[in-house]
Amino acid sequence: MSHFERRCNKEEDLPVYLARPGSASQSASQSPRQKSYGMFSSVEGAFENKSIALESYCAQRKRSRSRGTGGPPGSRSNGPQARSFFGGTSAADSVRLCVSLPFHLVPQSDRLLIKGGRVVNDDLSFFADIYLEDGVIKQLGENLIVPGGVKIIEANGRMVIPGGIDVNTCLQKPYLGTQTVDDFFQGTKAALAGGTTMIVDHVTPQPGASLLQAFEKWQEAADKKSCCDYSLHVDIPHWHEGVKEELEVLVQEKGINSFQVYMAYKDLYQMTDTQLYEAFSFLKELGAVVLVHAENGDLIAQEQSKILGMGITGPEGHALSRPEELEAEAVFRAITLGNRVNCPVYITKVMSKSAADIVALSRKKGSVVFGEPITASLATDGTHYWSKNWAKAAAFVMSPPLSPDPTTPDHLNSLLACGDLQVVGSAHCAYSTSQKAIGKDNFTLIPEGTNGVEERMSFVWDKAVAVGKMDENQFVAVSSTNAAKIFNLYPRKGRIAVGSDGDIVIWDPDKMKTITAKTQQSAVEYNIFEGMECRGGPLVVISQGKIVYEDGKLHVQQGVGRFIPRKPFADYIYQRITMRSKTMAARGVSRGMYDGPVYDIPATPKYVTPAPSTKTSPAKNQPPPIRNLHQSNFSLSGAQVDDNVPRRSGHRIVAPPGGRSNITSLG
Amino acid sequence: SAGHASQGCVWLCATSDRLLIKGGRIVNDDQSFYADIYMEDGLIKQIGDNLIVPGGVKIIEANGKMVIPGGIDIHTHFQMPYRGTTTVDDFSQGTKAALAGGTTMIVDHVIPDPGSSLIEAFDRWREWADEKACCDYSLHVDITHWNDSVKQEVESLLKEKGVNSFQVYMAYKDLYQMSNSELYEIFTFLGEMGGIVQVHAENGEIIAEEQARMLQMGITGPEGHVLSRPEELEAEAVFRAITIASQTNCPLYVTKVMSKSAADIISQARKKGNVVFGEPITASLGTDGTHYWSKNWAKAASFVTSPPLSPDPTTPDYLNTLLASGDLTLTGSAHCAFSVAQKAIGKDDFTQIPEGVNGVEERMSLIWDKAVVTGKMDENTFVAVTSTNAAKLLNLYPRKGRIAVGSDSDLVIWDSDAIRTVTAKTHHSAAEYNVFEGMELRGAPLVVICQGKIVLEDGKLQATAGSGRFIPCSPFPDFAYKRIKARKQLAVLRAVPRGMYDGPVSDFSPMSRGGTPSASARTSPTKQTPPVRNLHQSGFSLAGAPSTEETPIRPAGRRIVVPPGGRSNITSLS
Repeated sequence: MSHFERRCNKEEDLPVYLARPGSASQSASQSPRQKSYGMFSSVEGAFENKSIALESYCAQRKRSRSRGTGGPPGSRSNGPQARSFFGGTSAADSVRLCVSLPFHLVPQSDRLLIKGGRVVNDDLSFFADIYLEDGVIKQLGENLIVPGGVKIIEANGRMVIPGGIDVNTCLQKPYLGTQTVDDFFQGTKAALAGGTTMIVDHVTPQPGASLLQAFEKWQEAADKKSCCDYSLHVDIPHWHEGVKEELEVLVQEKGINSFQVYMAYKDLYQMTDTQLYEAFSFLKELGAVVLVHAENGDLIAQEQSKILGMGITGPEGHALSRPEELEAEAVFRAITLGNRVNCPVYITKVMSKSAADIVALSRKKGSVVFGEPITASLATDGTHYWSKNWAKAAAFVMSPPLSPDPTTPDHLNSLLACGDLQVVGSAHCAYSTSQKAIGKDNFTLIPEGTNGVEERMSFVWDKAVAVGKMDENQFVAVSSTNAAKIFNLYPRKGRIAVGSDGDIVIWDPDKMKTITAKTQQSAVEYNIFEGMECRGGPLVVISQGKIVYEDGKLHVQQGVGRFIPRKPFADYIYQRITMRSKTMAARGVSRGMYDGPVYDIPATPKYVTPAPSTKTSPAKNQPPPIRNLHQSNFSLSGAQVDDNVPRRSGHRIVAPPGGRSNITSLG
Repeated sequence: SAGHASQGCVWLCATSDRLLIKGGRIVNDDQSFYADIYMEDGLIKQIGDNLIVPGGVKIIEANGKMVIPGGIDIHTHFQMPYRGTTTVDDFSQGTKAALAGGTTMIVDHVIPDPGSSLIEAFDRWREWADEKACCDYSLHVDITHWNDSVKQEVESLLKEKGVNSFQVYMAYKDLYQMSNSELYEIFTFLGEMGGIVQVHAENGEIIAEEQARMLQMGITGPEGHVLSRPEELEAEAVFRAITIASQTNCPLYVTKVMSKSAADIISQARKKGNVVFGEPITASLGTDGTHYWSKNWAKAASFVTSPPLSPDPTTPDYLNTLLASGDLTLTGSAHCAFSVAQKAIGKDDFTQIPEGVNGVEERMSLIWDKAVVTGKMDENTFVAVTSTNAAKLLNLYPRKGRIAVGSDSDLVIWDSDAIRTVTAKTHHSAAEYNVFEGMELRGAPLVVICQGKIVLEDGKLQATAGSGRFIPCSPFPDFAYKRIKARKQLAVLRAVPRGMYDGPVSDFSPMSRGGTPSASARTSPTKQTPPVRNLHQSGFSLAGAPSTEETPIRPAGRRIVVPPGGRSNITSLS
């Protein structure tokens, strides 16, 4: 069967890196990497089963072309057109052909046919044609019957993947009166150029400001400027009763299902454990996802003042004052809180090995927790903070900071490949060098953020797939599908299936590119990945059923991006949570009443902070009289009246003469 | 004198302080060997074979039995005041129980009221203990609040009063609990002064929330205590404490390791190189938290302690294993005995139950039974975890914790085969229950010698209240601080020498620098902070409404290059 033969050839091409993994990458010498290959070697066989099973799609195909001739058996015997067309070409030829060949038959309509591509979803890969109309995938299969005059793209057996979803961008983040240089236009342009067809941006209201107003402002700006579909996370800058109503409105009416809380930024965004507990409990009831910026802000504040006091004012102070332990500690605490409240926790920006390990460990224990490494943490490290060039060092400033440990990217890629980390974001938040220079004399004033929205997909391919850690399906999962599932966009986004949005990327696994600020779409004058060579990139990007990137050229239109509302209670995370809520109910023990003697406690110290007059500390402000449950439990009220009464040793208090002893006896 | 050898112990002359132990196998933490020990004036004067001793000494024939350094119980609460009452075991009763179990030194916790003077509290405890203690003792001081005057008191306790270890609390919200910033300051300060930081590690904020939830659900019995304090919260706090200690380069001591997960965190941190010591207690090594669900309220309440005993019945075994492998360092008892009537203060509300379990008497036997008899631990490690490591940490080694010439003569002749059943009927504590009731333990002291005097022999205790001395501990114990000192020299942070950045600087609103951004916009009444340590606040304040939305920041694609006259070598991004 030519069909099969061809696929076998294709496989010989693909797993070159699987045969001797690591050799393709720059760091074949690193021994820890070698270890993980045993785990991934099974991937080779996995391809065998992934391309044939078109049966599952037959039902859909039948429905979509009910007037068409022939069922699945017929289509198989006919053989795909694209295959016969390119039957004789070698792999090398097809590379060249593909770049030159996309011929447009009729360029005017919204109708688009992708022929001869290998559709790669997160669960399987198979050869099929895709027909798009009105921005939606209408048909999927072989020998599709399509109207005349559609534009045809020949994929020549290349990978066709769901467009990437970047779940962490800050394209309008204000800082001291200025704003990121990449706005929604600039930022989404860069996203599309990198194969990302949807972004989820962070709304960052000021502490005390209305979340709803901030949300509307962001939505307005994005509607005006965005070139691709977008959605929004809303950050909760501080917790109080009034926020609850706004959150309810956002979840139920505005289509927001994810909110970020901060464990860092002391005295600004930071929440106490009690506030976090309340926020988690409330958001869980709403069915939302809690995003956590996990760093211990109290300790950071201490470290910052210490380091400034030592005279360290440059960007290295940023990394020194935020060691990775503080990230790991906060991740651990966030997960503990999540477990107690039975609330899903999503850790944004996993930057260090220790934080990632904690996420992995607690997943093994059954916690519902998700970890999001970002482009920067997967591709580069924090040694650059010590660069002699201030501007370069400052360009890397973000928090949590990049880890100075150069083995970090490799470790994070491994965890991403094995599923311990789930989603890749970019945390794209681009400030120009002159904006960064606000902190030229004090690292705590440097605006935080790095670029990465454009490079995201390519780096995951280069660092994980091209070295054999990850297969192409997992690549789709971490760059798109998992994000869609967690944030309840699936299967509209994150999958190539009939009925899904027409956000599709034809991926070239062999495209080599050198990253440089000169050719990037972002408006900043630097790129933290400057000079890095990167394998893999988009050949054609289709957003909302339109070709927006082709032949290295972008054809974007400002303002076409739609806001995609998201419903709460995403199945992917809340199925388990709902089940656990049912089974986890704690029950009391039914006992008889204790009727033994009870020591008489003086009534006064109860519910009163002991001897407030003796308190000399001005810092220890009086707690409000709420939730002082424990206080009353344990107050030691100074010298006791009966101190001078000697206890008779050996004297036992027994049950009172008349009392029943069955409950109190200790036998 | 060999002719006097007979079964048991022979009293030749009961007058003097001179004592000779013959034919014993001396077990220290590093080795065991056969030798005789001659003691005089409460000190070990000679060790060896065929010692030349003055006439008329009392001779004890050990008959090849183990002779070990007397145990040190590093964690007790004797005579602890609690809401107008005190624990039923005072210093006399408590130290008697200690001696009966082979422990010849205890370290008690001084708990000052929040807001009151640490030194006054310390003096009060000294007074109580000097009057009643039957064995040597030392004191930890708990830091229940933190400010500059406390700082001075801590310094004088360290330098003048002979206290080298201080406990801080991460639990007991609104009472003892410290914030992370306070912990950081305390750790930094004690790290510089050479003190040991002990932490009560539990997340108090979450506990307060969980307690309220349990009570609301109608759970008022002792099971609510363990339900509201799950072991995760202990593990979380241990992790946080280790993080802070590692940041501040301060040795850390975790009191009361009660759960597998907390112990795991400690052993992981030790593998990473953190200077951290874990202390499991008698109760966590010997029993578990299933008893909280007992139908008998009094029994369930007698197990209430915090962190609570883990309901996982495999916990004791696991902790014994880690103790044997050295991941956990030493053992205490956290002996804090309340009568049932006192426990009944909380009969309708588990949060009111006074916390504490017994264990000072059972500690040594229990570890022998659970760890040595089962083959997990050898006799030398047994000595290390029951005595030597504690002495090292308190900087009392080799005066205590070792059998050597010049050491205090606190010795125990240990009978590794004696079997006794623990029961409240025969124990020396004044409490009318025992959490180990009915357990058969193998291994017990045969003879206990404290300050050179025989205090336990033939099952009879002859202790004198008030004979115990306060043993001052000095700062910077080598056991903890050798590594800390070496790291201090290495861990100096250095700035990168760079030229001045001379590129363009973006305009920003300087009015928000250092101030709380737009304080008027804040609606929350709870979020008022004093203007101290707001370093980060100024670093990141989002000033005003970003009205720049309409005005383009700069045309896309335009790059800001170096100013016409400026040098480009510093700002270039190549």
